Amino acid sequence: MIVRHPVVRRLLEALATLLGVAVLVFVMLRAIPGDQVTASLGTEAAALTPAQRAALEAYYGLDQPLPVQFLSWLGAVATGNLGASQRSGESVLRMTAAALPITLELAVLSLVIGLVLGVAAAMLSASRPNSARDAVGQAVGLAGLSVPAFLLGSALLALSARFLGYNPNAEQFAPLIADPALHLQQLLMPALVLGFGLAAPIMRTARSALLEVRSQDYVRTARGKGVGPRRLALRHVLPGALVPIVTMTGLQFGYLLGGAVVVEQIFSVPGIGRQVLLGIQQKEYAVVQSTVLVVALTFVLVNLGTDLLYRVIDPRVRAA
Amino acid sequence: MRRIGAAMAAAAVLLTACSGGGGAPAGGAAPSGLVVGSTSDPDTLFPWKATQFQAVHVLEQLYGTLTELDADLEVVPGLAESWRVSEDGKTITMTLRTGVTFADGSAFDSADAKASLDRIRDEATGAVAAASLASVTAVDAPDPATVVLTLSGPDAGILAAMASVNLAMLPSDATEQALQATPNGTGPFTLTQRTPNQSIALAPNPAFWGGAPRLPSLEFRVIPDETSIVSAMQSGNVGFAVFDDPLVAQSAEGSGLTVTDTPQLSYHVLQLNARQAPLDNLDVRLAIQCAIDRQQVLDTAALGEGEVTGPITSPAYRSDPAARPCPQRDVEAAKRHLAAAGHAGGLTLAAIVSQGEYATSVNEATNIQAQLAEAGITLNLDVLESGAYVDRWVAADFQTAVALNGGRPDPDGMYGRYFTSTGNLNKVAGYSSPALDGLFAQGKATADPEARKRIYEQVSAELENNAAWVWLFTSFTYTATSPEVTGFRPMANGSLKYLRETSVGGS
Repeated sequence: MIVRHPVVRRLLEALATLLGVAVLVFVMLRAIPGDQVTASLGTEAAALTPAQRAALEAYYGLDQPLPVQFLSWLGAVATGNLGASQRSGESVLRMTAAALPITLELAVLSLVIGLVLGVAAAMLSASRPNSARDAVGQAVGLAGLSVPAFLLGSALLALSARFLGYNPNAEQFAPLIADPALHLQQLLMPALVLGFGLAAPIMRTARSALLEVRSQDYVRTARGKGVGPRRLALRHVLPGALVPIVTMTGLQFGYLLGGAVVVEQIFSVPGIGRQVLLGIQQKEYAVVQSTVLVVALTFVLVNLGTDLLYRVIDPRVRAA
Repeated sequence: MRRIGAAMAAAAVLLTACSGGGGAPAGGAAPSGLVVGSTSDPDTLFPWKATQFQAVHVLEQLYGTLTELDADLEVVPGLAESWRVSEDGKTITMTLRTGVTFADGSAFDSADAKASLDRIRDEATGAVAAASLASVTAVDAPDPATVVLTLSGPDAGILAAMASVNLAMLPSDATEQALQATPNGTGPFTLTQRTPNQSIALAPNPAFWGGAPRLPSLEFRVIPDETSIVSAMQSGNVGFAVFDDPLVAQSAEGSGLTVTDTPQLSYHVLQLNARQAPLDNLDVRLAIQCAIDRQQVLDTAALGEGEVTGPITSPAYRSDPAARPCPQRDVEAAKRHLAAAGHAGGLTLAAIVSQGEYATSVNEATNIQAQLAEAGITLNLDVLESGAYVDRWVAADFQTAVALNGGRPDPDGMYGRYFTSTGNLNKVAGYSSPALDGLFAQGKATADPEARKRIYEQVSAELENNAAWVWLFTSFTYTATSPEVTGFRPMANGSLKYLRETSVGGS
């Protein structure tokens, strides 16, 4: 009965998703060849005597059976203890608390850039379908889809450093509170790169949604009543096309968190993407498992939020 | 020139911009401090377990060792100001410097040295250099300035081995956990601030026994991507970096930075597992050796950036790369060897290749594959993610392996562990012989440098004539510095020891 409530059902689904992610990450990490010992020693690991290896495995907790490792990790996570980095001894909760806001900020900035670019381009394209203007808009959209972030990012960084002598990302990363100006400069280029990639799918979705709405009866009625083209586009067409755009944007949030790995690496932004990447390279089980879980939680929450947002912007969903 | 001016102006603007808030000492990229661009955060700050280059680069600034190597990789005094080796080679008596202190101000003496050596030898510590001390049977500290090492037999390589930061001297009461958080060494610099995955800031140690470094500050800043480091150098934020990608080095050079190439001790090699058929047959191994033009591998896989090499890469003992069967590629000879081994119709072998561990591996493998094919040998490549590669390499689970192995200044330290029958990497090397066992024992027992050189020439010859492996080339590392950086000397082992003598802008 209570599970029938759509919001509660959503929450239960979210919980199941998180548990699935936890199991998957745990299993996948251990399915990757090489453990923490070989990750830290590389080929030097061949020189270890059995006693040395046993000492190191005990140090990293690798001597426990896998189910015990999994359950003790899950139990700890349930109580809010995400574990600690074996290397630096720092708590993953603290690391994540420092890194996640940076990535979220980057994601929001990219989202804004992507939406502004994407919707503007779509409105230009859709205002006169199949014109030259539309073709240019579509070509730019295609470029955004096909140019990989690492290429765009490296090119942007190299060109601006080389020709403008401008490279805020070579400074040590500035926290927002300590130095907002530098902080925003440091996030600008990565956000542009991510935003550009994001603008393309938004543009394509928005364009077809706008075209569809334009052909609907209520728009024709409004036009017949003599509503001007600008007012028509902003007040009548755009709101009608919002649902697919919001859906698309929500889905793209996953892309942002994934794309953040590449972009944070290139621009040396100490966000969650780099935390995961470093953790994988160093086979830091606790760091990777817990960070991925936090990322999954973020993703689930964003999707939940997107669902709830539909109810606000589209009365038809509220009825369902 | 104008570009540099613009870069400096921009840097100045940014510096003023950032000095407004935060006040992080990293902004202590003050005019004459040095910022080193590093692709990766050290994976550990505990010197006995550090094998990652970036970790070693930081730790050698913070910790001291009993001996050190100079720019030519000759052994020179470190925390031990002198030493005496007994007539029979079984006792080394070291006299320690007096007045040396750790970063926390406590004094360094023989009790710390003894505790350090004993703990490194203890397998439970998991210290990676334990094997370097294998010949040590006891360590004594008769007085605060003297350490006596008793050896099971003469060991001429041990003094060079002790220069590794993996044998750093730690305070006798320090725990690994405490040192991870607060390094406490006797090195030229001390740690002032660490921001994980971002930056490690160091300050000169005014009490350093070799004299305080000239840099007012030294920061290792993590910029994960080598090309991003180049752009950081172009914009004037970073003054020093070490690259291993020749393309990156070229772009750095093209933008007005000073770039120095240094041939490395580490070497690219095709390892052959001579314990398994068909590679247990000398003719098969010689066929492979004769079929490969090493210069071609170097040219196609590494843009010709490097030097063709024989087994020993250390400048003092360097092997003659031409002293081997088939110094030039000889496909006919390869076919003759193959026929002599009973494989006139051809042969199929497998190679493990690591992807991602270093840039040239896959290109090397495909070039070797093409060259061997012309001699009738089919080489199947198993391209593996680096973790998977290391797992198979460590288990010696391969026929051949395209490898980049680290070198060491002393040939005994470099190859004794591989090619003596009791060496701890002998399983991976896949080859040993009574002749090599004898030569390595002799090399260890001989103190006279000239006599040692002759012995290791024979070791080289033995390895090449038996085609134990096929040695290919050594690559360069590239030290890029902005024009105002002076006094740094790069070393073939990749050490950044000479940062202690480096200065910026004549400071």
